Amino acid sequence: MLSILQEHFFAFLEATSMTLRLTAISLLLAVAVGLIVAFLKLSPNRLLNGAANVYITVIRGTPLIVQLMFLYFGISRLIVLSSFWAGALALAIHAGAYVAEIFRGAIQSIDKGQMEASRSLGIPYWQSMRLVVLPQAFRRAVPPLGNQFIIGLKDSSLVAYLGVSEIYGTALSIQAENFQPFETYVVAGMYYLVLVLIFTLLVNRLEARLDVEKRRNEPEVPQLEYATP
Amino acid sequence: MSNTEHMIKLEDVHKYFGKLHVLRGINLEVDRSDVVVLIGPSGSGKSTLLRCLNFLELAQQGSIYIDGQLVDPDSTNLDKVRARVGMVFQHFNLFPHKNVLENVTMAPINVRKEKKKAAREKARALLSQVGLEDKDRAYPSQLSGGQKQRVAIARALAMEPDIMLFDEATSALDPELVGEVLQVMQDLAAEGMTMLVVTHEMGFAREVADRVVMMDEGLIIEDNTPQQMFDSPKEERTSKFLRQVL
Ligand SMILES: Nc1ncnc2c1ncn2[C@@H]1O[C@H](COP(=O)(O)OP(=O)(O)OP(=O)(O)O)[C@@H](O)[C@H]1O
Ligand SMILES: [Mg+2]
Repeated sequence: MLSILQEHFFAFLEATSMTLRLTAISLLLAVAVGLIVAFLKLSPNRLLNGAANVYITVIRGTPLIVQLMFLYFGISRLIVLSSFWAGALALAIHAGAYVAEIFRGAIQSIDKGQMEASRSLGIPYWQSMRLVVLPQAFRRAVPPLGNQFIIGLKDSSLVAYLGVSEIYGTALSIQAENFQPFETYVVAGMYYLVLVLIFTLLVNRLEARLDVEKRRNEPEVPQLEYATP
Repeated sequence: MSNTEHMIKLEDVHKYFGKLHVLRGINLEVDRSDVVVLIGPSGSGKSTLLRCLNFLELAQQGSIYIDGQLVDPDSTNLDKVRARVGMVFQHFNLFPHKNVLENVTMAPINVRKEKKKAAREKARALLSQVGLEDKDRAYPSQLSGGQKQRVAIARALAMEPDIMLFDEATSALDPELVGEVLQVMQDLAAEGMTMLVVTHEMGFAREVADRVVMMDEGLIIEDNTPQQMFDSPKEERTSKFLRQVL
């Protein structure tokens, strides 16, 4: 195992950078998608609301690998995309559904009185959303978003099947050469584990920082429910 | 506007929540600088009436005039109307992620487009008016209920409203904190603010109100001076209600 670590150090280093780029881009896009879909879902307009529901239902109701293949072959029919970007887009569309539910829950968990107080001051709806509701909702969304991001990081491994050499993809090709699948996959797993641990640490720090002052004496915030895929 | 114009005027205002007929034809006039206290049993529609007045709820029928002008929700910018009608809530509804100064300056900066420096100066003056000049950096979670409500009043006043609505502003407060909020309201009345106040504080009504209005089941059943309302109510339902709360 140590020999694999040493021998393929640079391959895995590059693979890690690929995994991180893939994860970062797909989650950034997922946040944008999720925010938009959350507002569609909260919209009183039935058409918008329905569209958001269909999207969330389909994503939650089908396996990621199927979505990945479907979108990869679907997207590459319309536009020529590298497998990296096709994978990132597919991951974003997948995670977007879960992020949307997290944002919707967080927005709905903010006391109605906040929006009313803001409107009563003459602040228009969208401005009230931006100044009053969303900052509080984002804060509440941090723990479930952190969780979703960890899932996203691990989900990125499936993009290996589109031929992207991220951590899992790299392990796939290495074990095909050295005939040591067990050891190779353990090494790949360790890479993921370390990344997840680092990320968890960062999220915990962020949570602690957001808590300082602003919520110190406030009653417990009810724990958000969010679905795990 | 001429001085005889009513600051608030409601003509036959009806409000339904689904099938529930909550306001059943409200007629009410409030003169400039008058303080009108609204009383009545739970569920009689007092909060709904206030909420219709700054259009957090839209009445389905009837006319609402603010400072002599008919407010038609379809053709009026309601945000502009709301900016002129301040509202103070039972549960304060301060913005917990903003400090006191930011709570007070948010609307002036974002709606009235006041310069930050000027808005802050005005906010500090308002905070000292409500006795909280040293709390400008505090977050709402660090304040007592009475302090929160005084910040909420300062926040509403920062928009320089013509009318202030108070919906049970002291009901959520510990008894020993009620006085400081009532004092601020009394000062505001003395400065000539037009106020419509829902409260169970009958002492305040007696001392500060120009008129007391009794609501029951979505209707105004009595509209009188505090003295007459409390000492010789015309309606049996009024005296029954007053016996319960006094
Ligand atoms: N958003 C709403 N949806 C449905 N019904 C409502 C809504 N708001 C108020 N109501 C109903 O309208 C009626 C009047 O309520 P309102 O809050 O105006 O009474 P109130 O006089 O302020 O009572 P309280 O003294 O308890 O505050 C009640 O029956 C209440 O249940
Ligand atoms: Mg009420």
